[in-house]
Amino acid sequence: MDDQVLLNVKDVSVAFNTEAGKVHAVDHVRFELKKGIILGLVGESGCGKSVTALSVMRLLPKPSGQIINGSIIFNNENILNFSPEKMTRIRGKKISMIFQEPMTALNPVHSIGKQIKEVYTLHFSEMNLKQIKQASVEMLAKVEIADPEKVLKLYPHQLSGGMRQRVMIAMALASRPEILIADEPTTALDVTVQAQILSLIKELQNSFSMSVILITHDLGVIAENCDEAVVMYAGRVVEKACVKELFKNPLHPYTKGLLNSIPSLERKGKSKRKTQLPTIKGQVPSLENMPKGCRFNPRCPVKTAICESHVPHEQKYSLNHSVACHFVNNREGNNAYS
Amino acid sequence: MPILEVNNLKKYFPVYKGVFLRPKGFVYAVDDVSFTVKRGETLGLVGESGCGKTTLGRCLTALYDKTDGNVHFCDQDIFSLSPKELKTFRLRVQMIFQDPFESLDARQTVKEILEEKYLIHKKHNRINIDDEIAVLLEKVGLLNADMSKYPHEFSGGQRQRVGIARAISLNPELIVCDEPVSALDVSVQSKILNLLLKLQEEMKLTYVFISHDLAVVKHISDRIAVMYLGKIVELADADSLYDKHLHPYTEALLSAIPIPDPETKKERIILKGEIPSIQNPPKGCRFHTRCRYSTDICRKEEPVLLINNREKEHYVACHQYG
Repeated sequence: MDDQVLLNVKDVSVAFNTEAGKVHAVDHVRFELKKGIILGLVGESGCGKSVTALSVMRLLPKPSGQIINGSIIFNNENILNFSPEKMTRIRGKKISMIFQEPMTALNPVHSIGKQIKEVYTLHFSEMNLKQIKQASVEMLAKVEIADPEKVLKLYPHQLSGGMRQRVMIAMALASRPEILIADEPTTALDVTVQAQILSLIKELQNSFSMSVILITHDLGVIAENCDEAVVMYAGRVVEKACVKELFKNPLHPYTKGLLNSIPSLERKGKSKRKTQLPTIKGQVPSLENMPKGCRFNPRCPVKTAICESHVPHEQKYSLNHSVACHFVNNREGNNAYS
Repeated sequence: MPILEVNNLKKYFPVYKGVFLRPKGFVYAVDDVSFTVKRGETLGLVGESGCGKTTLGRCLTALYDKTDGNVHFCDQDIFSLSPKELKTFRLRVQMIFQDPFESLDARQTVKEILEEKYLIHKKHNRINIDDEIAVLLEKVGLLNADMSKYPHEFSGGQRQRVGIARAISLNPELIVCDEPVSALDVSVQSKILNLLLKLQEEMKLTYVFISHDLAVVKHISDRIAVMYLGKIVELADADSLYDKHLHPYTEALLSAIPIPDPETKKERIILKGEIPSIQNPPKGCRFHTRCRYSTDICRKEEPVLLINNREKEHYVACHQYG
């Protein structure tokens, strides 16, 4: 295995038991997270991006959610084989996660100081109270919170949304993790606050030299912050590429459709003001009723018979660009990469 | 003649505190706002959470009473209407809400949701409601069979279509759209925007479009007003606002939007600090605490919204251009 690869998600499938039977929220998802980069995981609601992240953290709801296939390799070990005790030592220490809604992720009845302290008492039992307090203050200062000593005594409701997310980041990074999973960290925030938080995440990623998985539905956030991106649709990975390549040369019809349907802010952009935007026809299929073959085929403008019968496999298009679409191969007229 | 004229509109919400609930100050949600909306245009209202854009939208539809100032709709003061006049006003001015999950009654079928308005406005004797609703559903891209379904059977985008059908059912003139696409995915969002544009053309509608997403607002609006802490800081036609924006807040807001193109290089202005409390807004210019150009005068005197470019109808409230 390439030693630049920190986390390797291999063919992971996740199934949920529901009233309507077993549904496959995530189907044979595979991607690699290299050291020191920000990987974007992008897709619309229900495409399985959060479920993928929760699988890496081993936080899927029990007993309804199960990983039924695949492996997640972290530091040459399969996370999925870890005992719950061993996972507790990894989770929050080596791999941390921040969530979309910082209000529900923080405990409203404990002070910020107490909640940060928990990270240290759990993972660094050798530290005494004085050291913990000092470390907490340092950590809050790192996430650019003014007057950290005072904030330690405050409760979550006394902080604004942006401040709460900063506290969440401080807690997640207190243990100096190797991987930070950020699940829609700025969706609940305003644009100017979003800009603050994203630049903070980027800065800390650099100074802590960690890897980040940034989950978002906003392609703009991906373009400006990530090095590589994974596009998901209906539980499957449809396209993977380095970010520049993905936006310059999107290959999958879904990625293209998604990029076209965003209203452009710049005049030179494709869509003129007050004109009809390009759209993707139809709707996202429900999990219980997935189309056969390529899951995008009912909505795809270029589908052929093979799309309805065969699942397209991921093929390399160029060195850092791969796509799961029958059509890409046809268009190129060669199978050199498959 | 403008369809809507807003003059020095103020809306303050009293804050009560303590055991005896004594008034302890106000939330200055909308503070001295003036603008006009022309017939057939779309006016975009942008700003961050808590800037008062939703409160303003609700004042325009007379859902909230004013604290001061006035709003004229077709030369009628909307806050001094008799109950009967108010009912006619509500026929002509409609609203589309943000959350399609909460703005529809979960226990009513689509037909019941849509026919309610015909019953209230006593239009049901003269027409066949079922036919009317079928036409309405087709207009917003739903099927006839959807009439007997309940809101939970629809996706977010379809639910928003029901909300739009309800708003346009009695041929209104003005629709206040309060974040109509914020809860939707990108691919659904583009469809709803297309629908709104199509309906505007077909029915000659006027929109006041409230959103925090500047790209969406730019796409749909003719003119845009930017709000900060209850005030309009800049008002201009959509292209000038993006190309020749004047106010430092507009500049920062625009630079903060992530652009889906990694090749774009731009200067990012990251605003320092937090948005001040709207209960206790800063003296002078409300933006001076975070403005990188602020001078002495900004701390003392409040700038007024003045016209900067008469030809382009570009207004800005900033001492730099005073």
